[in-house]
Amino acid sequence: MEFSQQIAQYIITGLTIGAIYAIVAMGFNIIHNATGIVNFAQCEFISLGGMFMYSLAVLFKVNLIIAFFISMAGVALIGALIEMGPIRHARSKEIIILIFLTIGLSEILRGTAQVVWGTDNVGVPAFSGETPIHLPGGAAIVPQHIWIFAITVMVMLMLRYFFKKTLMGKAMRATAVNRRAAALAGISVNRMVLFSFAFSGALGAVAGMIIAPISSTSYDTGIMLGLKGFAAAILGGYGNFAGAILGGIILGLLESLGAGLISSQYKDAIAFFVLLLVLFLKPRGIMGYGESERV
Amino acid sequence: MLVIDGISAYYGGVRALDKISLVQEEGEILALIGGNGAGKTTLLNLISGIVKPTHGTIMFKGEDIVSFSPEKIVELGIIQVPEGRHLFGPLTVQENLEIGAYRRRRRQNKKKISDDFEHILQLFPVLGKRLKQRAETLSGGEQQMLAIGRGLMGRPLLLLLDEPSLGLAPLVMQEIISIIGRLRQEGTTILLVEQNARAALKIADRGYVLEAGKMRLQGSATDLLENVELKKAYLGNRS
Ligand SMILES: Nc1ncnc2c1ncn2[C@@H]1O[C@H](COP(=O)(O)OP(=O)(O)O)[C@@H](O)[C@H]1O
Ligand SMILES: [Mg+2]
Repeated sequence: MEFSQQIAQYIITGLTIGAIYAIVAMGFNIIHNATGIVNFAQCEFISLGGMFMYSLAVLFKVNLIIAFFISMAGVALIGALIEMGPIRHARSKEIIILIFLTIGLSEILRGTAQVVWGTDNVGVPAFSGETPIHLPGGAAIVPQHIWIFAITVMVMLMLRYFFKKTLMGKAMRATAVNRRAAALAGISVNRMVLFSFAFSGALGAVAGMIIAPISSTSYDTGIMLGLKGFAAAILGGYGNFAGAILGGIILGLLESLGAGLISSQYKDAIAFFVLLLVLFLKPRGIMGYGESERV
Repeated sequence: MLVIDGISAYYGGVRALDKISLVQEEGEILALIGGNGAGKTTLLNLISGIVKPTHGTIMFKGEDIVSFSPEKIVELGIIQVPEGRHLFGPLTVQENLEIGAYRRRRRQNKKKISDDFEHILQLFPVLGKRLKQRAETLSGGEQQMLAIGRGLMGRPLLLLLDEPSLGLAPLVMQEIISIIGRLRQEGTTILLVEQNARAALKIADRGYVLEAGKMRLQGSATDLLENVELKKAYLGNRS
């Protein structure tokens, strides 16, 4: 392969993985804006999305599209249950304690997933075949990459519409900015927090499902993807939605180009090194923090 | 309409209000006066359900609302414009107003809400020019107008105004006061908290004076304006 072709290939891979990071980062941001916490159970939402998809599509031979939506709804429900149970009823409302609580919940979910599915890596069929499409420059792209881009763009547009155009979305943003004022406007803060967990569950599941056909999936695939998504969120500016997209894409590209041009051994190190460098120069991330200014 | 009976409230062991009682009729403007730390904001937050009392009842239209959540109380039509405005700063002026109408999302049609929106822009023309701007970019006076406008978008049956003139230039304050007068003509029931006692009593029907968590005085606005004690403490010497 020619060098330029190789670069093109790395960029395609980088954008694909970056899109996944962006979706995961969005999940982190939504819960952060609603509650101020970092929800580490986000990692498990990713794994569960992949494993639900595997169970339905491969084990039970459910139609892929139906399996996709059932898995999404299932993980959203798990997100909602986490909020309605342990998070809402935690005796302490301290942010740091709630964050630890999410780490504990994350362990419980992963443990349960391990019991249910074992530790094997399993495959999920690609959404529409595996025949690569050859691009003019000489690089090739498999259909699943296109699915990942298309679904990511759709998810971002839907989120944008929801938060900018619907009253419920505006109410969620208002709650993120000022809980007391939101309550005084008649908004149920509890319900907004519940929605944020359900949304993040759905987003995590989508990320886990669309990547599964490319990289296979297991009970703990979400850990690394989740941490990278978290890094992407910080890189872009924690809580900032445009930042999540930018952070995800930058991280994905760096990783892929770094792995291809330098060494795949260092791909994670390169990504995290750049993250540290950016934070050193711009402590609030590339785009700055999001709208939330907790009162 | 509103009957508060023997209400007490504490902040972690420290008493903020001591057996307060207050009655407000429909269509009435009440002025609640008192110095800094007297407990005025606490009383409004008790009515809004943000602070919970240790004793006493708060009846609204014959129903005890003490155990209700803040959003349920807003559902009933009791709307507070909080001290210090508490706008949704990064959201636009228009979004702030839309969220003010949140409690009406199920019951009333869009037409009525957009009529009220237009009406509020008539009351506060300056907001009309700033609809797409982030609320935090407005001046202090404009922010206060937006806070009141957001409250009005909820179509309050009872409007709780907490120090609307705080930190405003005298001219802007006059404007806010005159708007409160207009709301009164439209029949809105208003509980007005003010440190600026004179301005508040001039537009109110009756007044209550709170001091260190206790109700000191009450009476018609005209009587209170003439009250010697009150003159010394809150009204200054000018009469
Ligand atoms: N959140 C709070 N925590 C503890 N003490 C408070 C709190 N809010 C008010 N207080 C105290 O309660 C008293 C009444 O305060 P407040 O109702 O804000 O008075 P006002 O509105 O008349 O200035 C003051 O002594 C104040 O320090
Ligand atoms: Mg006050």
